[in-house]
Amino acid sequence: MTHAHHDHDHDHHHDHDHSELSPIELRVRALESILVEKGYVDPAAIDALVETYETKVGPRNGARVVAKAWADSDYRAWLLRDATAAIASLGFMGRQGEHMVAVENTPEEHNLVVCTLCSCYPWPVLGLPPVWYKSAPYRSRAVIDPRGVLAEFGVTLPATTRIRVWDSTAEMRYLVVPMRPEGTEGWSEEALADLVTRDSMIGTGLPLRPEQVVRS
Amino acid sequence: MNGAQDLGGMMGFGPIVHEPDEPWFHAEWERRAFGVTLAMGATGAWNLDMSRHARESLHPADYLSSSYYEIWIKGLERLIVRQGLVSEEELKIGRALTPPAPVKRVLKAQDVAALLARGGPTERPAPQAARFSVGDRVATRNMHPKGHTRLPRYARGKEGVIERVHGVHVFPDSNAHGQGENPQWLYTVRFSGRELWGEEADPNLVVSIDAWESYLEPA
Repeated sequence: MTHAHHDHDHDHHHDHDHSELSPIELRVRALESILVEKGYVDPAAIDALVETYETKVGPRNGARVVAKAWADSDYRAWLLRDATAAIASLGFMGRQGEHMVAVENTPEEHNLVVCTLCSCYPWPVLGLPPVWYKSAPYRSRAVIDPRGVLAEFGVTLPATTRIRVWDSTAEMRYLVVPMRPEGTEGWSEEALADLVTRDSMIGTGLPLRPEQVVRS
Repeated sequence: MNGAQDLGGMMGFGPIVHEPDEPWFHAEWERRAFGVTLAMGATGAWNLDMSRHARESLHPADYLSSSYYEIWIKGLERLIVRQGLVSEEELKIGRALTPPAPVKRVLKAQDVAALLARGGPTERPAPQAARFSVGDRVATRNMHPKGHTRLPRYARGKEGVIERVHGVHVFPDSNAHGQGENPQWLYTVRFSGRELWGEEADPNLVVSIDAWESYLEPA
């Protein structure tokens, strides 16, 4: 699906005269063409990199990790003790997830992840970060006004709930394990994973409630 | 450096724009910008810390008015010129005027999966025991280096508590400048909201950073 879309976009820009391209489109095209001409990059490798992050990596991976932690107390303990190994056991590892830490929400404490200095984000479990995560409004406010940030995401927590913000200033990458929704006793890991949203693993959201998903 | 990238605690950027069903990329040029940046990183001509430093070295007005992948492209252009891979003139006209400079490797499509799975771990063997333990009270240094650092301004000169010890990791402040990895112990340091932001801060706020040992002193 996404691959077809990708091919379409290639066709699309070949059909256009260069004069219709924006300055940044021209700039990136010129940069790629000179790097290819010099032999530093192979366009097929660029295609493969893009395809990987458009089709193979995304928050579905992290949702599997969280659902397994909810369903399996031994796995949960392992995840909290050695997240890198526990996550790798499900096949998720590598770039921007070399050193993982899982932090668990409780009724007393809510975790929120940010990178104030750039855009550090756990790619193997969440995919590439959304624009808002990389943008100045979120990066500036998450550490000084996280409750205000959460309210903008529609998350209101009791004033007594401690907000625990993790600023990813090194190569440790943080995954929030949200609280398991009530009314999910006996659910399979697959069904539980459907409740785990990307934002709930960053801390800017909560998992879906059972009534919010359509069960077949 | 005290650049525009160090955003923690700044004000006035307005609301967070949350886009439902956001695509992975918003334009074809973003796909190419992403891919070409990772592919050039794979040549080994620089390291991740150098990339970050190239981006944060943009003029603050340029950094703050550029989109994310525009920042990547501007950073990449600086790196390739600085490393002698492409000249300013070649960048301007978009074609080569001189033969290529040697690079350590050129990424091939069939090697992408293995490269990504391997990643770039930053943990290194410990040369000596850690100076601090979980629960120790520490103070971050008040420092303002002109080069790269990962100690954000809002957390300088503050008292906190060691919460986690992460092993010994490559030190970005030297690695970004080609001065070696100089691995150091890395810690999660926890601060109260009031220590960082004053008496009016949320009493139930705790913020942590990950800090290398040389950022810290006993408190």
